[in-house]
Amino acid sequence: MNFDFSPEEEEFRDEVQVFLAENLPPPAERSPGFIIDWWKAVREKRWVGFSWPREFGGGGGTLIQQFILKEEMLKHKAPALGRDYTGLGWVGPAIIQFGNEEQKKRYLPDILDSKSAWCTGYSEPAVGSDLASLQCKAVRDGDTYIVTGQKIWISLAHVGTGIYTMVRTDFEGSKFDGISCLLIPLDTSGIEVRPIRSFAGDSFSDLYNEVFFNEVRVPVENRIGKEGEGWQIICSALQNERSGIAEVNRHHQALERLIELAGRSRIAGRPALENHEMRRRLSAFDARIEAARLNGLRTLTQQLRGEPTSSAASINKLHNCNLLVAMSETAMELLGGASPYIGDSEASIDGGRWQVGALGWPTTVIGGGTANIQKNIIAERMLGLPKD
Amino acid sequence: METPSGCSEELWREMAELGWLGLTIPEAYGGAGLGWVDLVILLEETGRSLYPSPLISNTLAVTAILEVGSDEQKQRWLPGLVDGSRIGSLALLEEGDGIDPAETRLSAVADGEDFLLSGQKRLVTDPDAAGVFVVSFRCSDAPKDLGLAVIDADSPGVQAKSFPMIDATKRMGHLDLDGVRVGRDRLLGSPGSAGPAITRLIDQGAVAVTSEMVGAVEEAIRITVQYANDRIQFGSPIGRFQAVKHPLAEMHVDLESFKSLLYYAAWAVASEPESLSRSASLAKAYATDAFVRTGLDSISLHGAVGFTVESDIQLYFKRSKWARPMFGDAAAHYERALALRGV
Repeated sequence: MNFDFSPEEEEFRDEVQVFLAENLPPPAERSPGFIIDWWKAVREKRWVGFSWPREFGGGGGTLIQQFILKEEMLKHKAPALGRDYTGLGWVGPAIIQFGNEEQKKRYLPDILDSKSAWCTGYSEPAVGSDLASLQCKAVRDGDTYIVTGQKIWISLAHVGTGIYTMVRTDFEGSKFDGISCLLIPLDTSGIEVRPIRSFAGDSFSDLYNEVFFNEVRVPVENRIGKEGEGWQIICSALQNERSGIAEVNRHHQALERLIELAGRSRIAGRPALENHEMRRRLSAFDARIEAARLNGLRTLTQQLRGEPTSSAASINKLHNCNLLVAMSETAMELLGGASPYIGDSEASIDGGRWQVGALGWPTTVIGGGTANIQKNIIAERMLGLPKD
Repeated sequence: METPSGCSEELWREMAELGWLGLTIPEAYGGAGLGWVDLVILLEETGRSLYPSPLISNTLAVTAILEVGSDEQKQRWLPGLVDGSRIGSLALLEEGDGIDPAETRLSAVADGEDFLLSGQKRLVTDPDAAGVFVVSFRCSDAPKDLGLAVIDADSPGVQAKSFPMIDATKRMGHLDLDGVRVGRDRLLGSPGSAGPAITRLIDQGAVAVTSEMVGAVEEAIRITVQYANDRIQFGSPIGRFQAVKHPLAEMHVDLESFKSLLYYAAWAVASEPESLSRSASLAKAYATDAFVRTGLDSISLHGAVGFTVESDIQLYFKRSKWARPMFGDAAAHYERALALRGV
């Protein structure tokens, strides 16, 4: 057990700090055009796609370097390293692992240069947690697939350039073996994008969409991997560091704001910070956040040793869900009579910012697999209980 | 298990020969020269097996002497406590369940060159087996005017009492001192300056107890998973049902989480002492709540058989009741962690 960094790792941290001092103005001084310069500067540093191999334009960063880079970026409230979150996160890595040379040349530079904006087409109206049952179909017709079906919960499809789509190319045999992966430009004829309105109101409008495919023709050359290899692509992931440091950082900031709110709130007519139950709850959030941070460091260590980390993601997700909901609800409780009011009005407190979290938690808690699914994964894979 | 110490003299000698009694004590005093990170591994195993022995008591007593005592005092007491010929225990806490040394009431009155100690200590582990107690005391009404002393169990005015326990694998009780004469050569450090050392010993106590909790919770989960896989109802192992799976998954998440908190605290003992109090508090508080929940849920998941004295799981359920107040309960540690944040 050792929580220190090596001299080489500290040297890299210094390099990042020097760069940030020169290239990252404080949040208040960032001009509207700043983001373009920022993306260019970090791209030149090869920090965009930092975990990707250098031969594909990435930075070839080690796991620990990825962690340090992320930690410093978060500490200095730096914006994202590129526009294409999905492309950098998993579409690019899938292309690197399963794509051919032509596909790597065609797609990877645009992801790194913030020219593309990929969306992910996994879920369907009848297919949520049981993803392998997906039904959106692709029928081969010479050099093209004809895609027909519907995808749902597609983040940012209305502003995206393409959709990374899992389709069914084979309806016989095992459901896992009939899935293939297609890269489909969103301006292809036959695609219709319709926004989904969530109950969370304005802050979350324009986030999710339904995408309809009506006999959309997709060239076979847009298929990543072999026909039927889609499930392996879904289950794979390049060696991105999986410490969950970004979530932990968000929780840290949320707890600080929550304690600040508690400092000016009252419970049953008395200062909230004199309430023992409230104090214990706030401190228990602190413990859970710190546990999530340290769990993340242990996961990173497992990754460094090449050990499997399959349950770590589920454990992190459960902590994230638990913290997000519990801290939002605690804020509501502290707001008391002001809690039912949304938006900025004389009835609300802090411009209604707390209500945004109190309504928006499903994006995190349900997105990417519900808490119940995570518990099944832990019970079956880690504890060896029988499959449902 | 029926002996005053909970384990036979023979086993205790064997533990001494294996180097366990002085694991974190330098070789110069007869120890193995390892650190707290290594101690965690040993205590995880004694926790897993609910091994009855005064190991934690002795470990904390030698830690106090090692960290606060003079070289002469270390030479005088450590070899005998490390080779198993005497057993030590630590008596810091008092009535009221607080973990702030400022709450110490046991008082020392100067009498010539000596001090006379009077007062009561609570949650004293292995009171019957211990031949030596390390005791904290107050020199005056000033909150931080505290000291530490080593007293022999057979000194006049010392009364150690054990009481029946929920968890029969542990020995615990009160230590009452009534005018116990303590010479200057028995004071660890200079009187009046022991506050930080007492806090650190409470932190180390919390780390030691939490280490045993890791092993115990791991074993409770293993036993319950085994049962859920073996027990057939409605035509399938009950472990197939989500009503059984989900509480077990939650136990696992909590276990891994307080394990992480504990490992950090154990590392902090030597490598980051300034953050030991915070990390020990977060670990002990989280672990305490989690162990209590694990105890209750694992009995429930066993159904009626879990209520029988033959079921192993009941032993772990009972251990959670012992661990709860030891070196501070969840309420005390959560409160201290929040206060350390400046809230």
